[in-house]
Amino acid sequence: MSEEVRLMKGNEALAHAAIRYGCDGYFGYPITPQSEVLETLESEMPWETTGMVVLQAESEVASINMVYAGAAAGKCVFTSSSSPGISLMQEGISFIAGCQLPALIINVMRGGPGLGTIQPSQADYFQATKGGGHGDYHLIVLAPSSVQEMCDFVGLGWDLAFKYRTPAMILADGIVGQMMEKVVLPPQRPRRTDEEVRKQCPWAVTGKKNRERNVITSLELDSAEMEILNEKFQETYREIEKNEVRYEAYNIDNCDYLLVAFGSIARICKKAIELAAEQGIKVGLIRPITLWPFPYEAVAAAASNVKGVLVVELNAGQMIEDVRQAINDKAMPIRHYGRLGGIVLTPDEILDSLKNNFLNPEA
Amino acid sequence: MKAEIIIAGFGGQGVLSLGKILAYSGLLEDKEVTWMPAYGPEQRGGTANVTVILSDEPISSPILNAFDMVVVLNQQSLDKFESKVKPGGILVYDNYGIHTPPTRTDIKVHKIEAMEATMELGSSKAFNMVVLGAMLGLMPIVKKETIGKTLKKTLPERHHHLIPLNEQAIEKGMSLVAD
Amino acid sequence: MEINEIIKAENKVMARPRLLTDAHMHYCPGCSHGVVHKLIAEIIDELGQEDNTVGVAPVGCAVFAYKYIDVDWVEAAHGRAPAVATAIHRLNPEKLVFTYQGDGDFAAIGTCESIHAANRGENIAIIFINNAIYGMTGGQMAPTTLIGMKTATTPYGRRVDLNGYPLVISDLVAKLDGACYVTRQSVHTPAAVRKAKAAIKKAFQNALAKKGTSLVEIVSTCNSGWKKSPAESNKWMEENMFVKYPLGDLKDI
Repeated sequence: MSEEVRLMKGNEALAHAAIRYGCDGYFGYPITPQSEVLETLESEMPWETTGMVVLQAESEVASINMVYAGAAAGKCVFTSSSSPGISLMQEGISFIAGCQLPALIINVMRGGPGLGTIQPSQADYFQATKGGGHGDYHLIVLAPSSVQEMCDFVGLGWDLAFKYRTPAMILADGIVGQMMEKVVLPPQRPRRTDEEVRKQCPWAVTGKKNRERNVITSLELDSAEMEILNEKFQETYREIEKNEVRYEAYNIDNCDYLLVAFGSIARICKKAIELAAEQGIKVGLIRPITLWPFPYEAVAAAASNVKGVLVVELNAGQMIEDVRQAINDKAMPIRHYGRLGGIVLTPDEILDSLKNNFLNPEA
Repeated sequence: MKAEIIIAGFGGQGVLSLGKILAYSGLLEDKEVTWMPAYGPEQRGGTANVTVILSDEPISSPILNAFDMVVVLNQQSLDKFESKVKPGGILVYDNYGIHTPPTRTDIKVHKIEAMEATMELGSSKAFNMVVLGAMLGLMPIVKKETIGKTLKKTLPERHHHLIPLNEQAIEKGMSLVAD
Repeated sequence: MEINEIIKAENKVMARPRLLTDAHMHYCPGCSHGVVHKLIAEIIDELGQEDNTVGVAPVGCAVFAYKYIDVDWVEAAHGRAPAVATAIHRLNPEKLVFTYQGDGDFAAIGTCESIHAANRGENIAIIFINNAIYGMTGGQMAPTTLIGMKTATTPYGRRVDLNGYPLVISDLVAKLDGACYVTRQSVHTPAAVRKAKAAIKKAFQNALAKKGTSLVEIVSTCNSGWKKSPAESNKWMEENMFVKYPLGDLKDI
C-alpha cells in the first residue's frame, strides 16, 4: 500500500495507521466511543496481509497484559479503550513501565467518573499525566487534535516508546475519535523480521538462542536495588523532558490574552480566537501536544506579555495545574473554563468566558 | 470557499449518511472537510445531527455555534437550530410534521416538501437525497457530478443499481427550490 | 571405600537437570514446587526446546520460578499468566510457551484469563499447583481450600455458608472445547512423580503440536501452611485432597 488520501473517523485512522506502521499485534475489548478501532482492524484482516495479530480479549485487564507480553517479546503492540477501560488497565500499564517496555495505549476519553457517559471528555488528564497506576513512572502522552494527528501519533508514539523503552499513550477525546476528516495515510512499512526484533530488542524474550536468558520482571525485593532501578527510570524521564516536548503556538505574537487547550478543544479555541479578532480582541493559543512532558517553557514564554490566561478543558480543571506551575506568577490571572460529564463546549462559550473573566469581570 | 452546515433530524432519516456524502464529495473536490456527528444532550430523544464543514483553508473547530446553512427535518431540530443560522444565512426545513414554522426575517428561509416528493419517487429511502438536492439547489456546496462520483465510490457494488434513483432524487430536490 | 570410588557413572542414580540454575531455591523443605520445577527443566531439555521456550511466572510462591529454570521468562501480574502466554504465543506461534501458576493465581484472581485462554484453545501448557492454601502471603484461604480446613483467614475452618465451596476448576476447564488435555497429578511418591512428568511432557508436546490448551493440575502439599511435617502432609493430602481432587486424566483428545 502506498500513501493514500482517505475520509475517515479518527478511530478508524488509528487502526489503519497501526497496520501501515508494521504493527505486530492489537489486543482490545470493545467500549464506546472507540470500538471502531477493533472493528476496523477485524474488517481489514491484517493477519492475511502483514501478519499482524488482532485479538478481541476477554477484558481490558487481559488486553493490557497481552500488550505487556507482546512488548516483553520485543513486538510492536498496542491496545485502545475509553476511560473506564483504561482505569482497569492501570496495573498492567504500571508493569509495562516497571519493566521498561515499549508499548502504545490509546484512550479515547468519555465523561466520568464511574460508568459516566459515552460523550467526549478530557477528564483523564490527571490519570494520564500524573501516574494513573502505582509507582513512580510517567507515560509519554500525546494529545491529537485532528484525524491526521490520530494517524500520525500512532507512529510517533511507537517511535518514542521504542527509543526510550517506555509506554506511550495517545490521549484523545470522543470528538477526534468520532469525527471524520481527510487523512493522508502513510505507505505500508513491512513488519520487522524475528532477526530484526532480536537485534533491536536484545532484552526481549525471544528464546535464549546464542545468548544468556532474558527475564522480564518488575519484581526486586532488595530495596537498594529497586532504588537504583527507579533512579534509572527518572534519568530516562529527564531525558524525555529535555528532548520530546511538543506544542503548537497559534497567534501568540502581540496577543493580549492567552488560551491554553489540548486535543480537539484547542481547535474550538481557534474558532473562538477568530470570533474575538472580529471584535478587536487579540487572543493567542498554546496547544500542548505532549501533555507529558508538558511544555512549561512555551506556556511561560507565551504568557509573559499577556493580561490573562484562560485554560479551556472538557474537565473541572486539570491541565490548569500545569499551566499554573509553568507561569508561576502570582499576579497573573489564570482562569479555567470547562464543561463536564460529556458536554462539548462551543466557540462562543469560550469567548464569553474570556470576556467575563478579563474584559468585564463585574458583569 | 467555506461552507459551515448542520443537518438535524430524527435518527433513521439518513442525516449522518447525507453528511458523509457531502463530506466525501468535498474530499473529491480537494477541499478540507470535517464531519462531526451529534454529541451531547441533543442526541437524546432520538434526534441526530451532523456538522459538515467544507473549506479551501484548513478547518479550525469541528464544533460551531453559527452556520451558513441549517437543514432541519423535524420540529425539535427547528426549535433548536433556527437561532444558529448566521444572519443572511439559509434555513431549509421539511414541512412534514412542522406545527410551528420559523419566524426569523434576517435569514433566507426555505420550506420544502421533501417527504411528499420522496413519496412521489416511490422509495422512502431516497428522502435524504431529496434534501441534499434542495441544499445543492440553494448553495453550490459541491458539484452535482461529484455527488454521482461519491455514490459510486462509497456505495457497495450490490447497491449500485440504486444510484439512478438517488440521482433522480437529487434532481427532484433541486426542483423543489428552483424559482 | 574412598568417595572417588563411589562417584562413577554406573553408580549415578540422580542428576541435577542441566537447565536448573544454581540459584538457591526459596521453597520450604517438603514443598512440591521444587519437584515440579525439576521435572519442567528436564522436559524442556529432553524436548530440545531450551532456546525456544518462554515461561510465564505467576504471583504466589512460584513468583521467582524464573530464577530457577534457565530459559526466557516473563513475570506476569497476579492471575494474568494465561493472557500473557496467549499474546506471546500468538505473536510467536513456533515458540513453546507455558505458564506456571498456583491456586490463587489460576483459580481466584485469574479465573477469567484461565477460562478464556483455555476456551480459545491457545496453544500453551498450563502447570497449575493446587495446594489449597496461599503459601506466600502467610497461609490464607485459597479457592481450592477444603471445607473445614483451617487457614489464616478461616481460623475456625472453611465454612460453606461463609466461604462457599472449593473450586474444582480443572473439571470446568475440561468442559471447554479449546482444552485438549486436562489431567490431575501429584508428586508425593516416586511413582506419582514419574506420572506427573509424563503428563507435563505431553502438555508441552501438545503445545508444540498446536493441539490446543493443556492443563496439568498438580495436587500439592504446603507443609508450612498446613502446619504439618512433610510426611504428615503427604498423608493428609492422600486422605483429604485426593477425595475432592481425584488424580487421573479428565480429558485427553
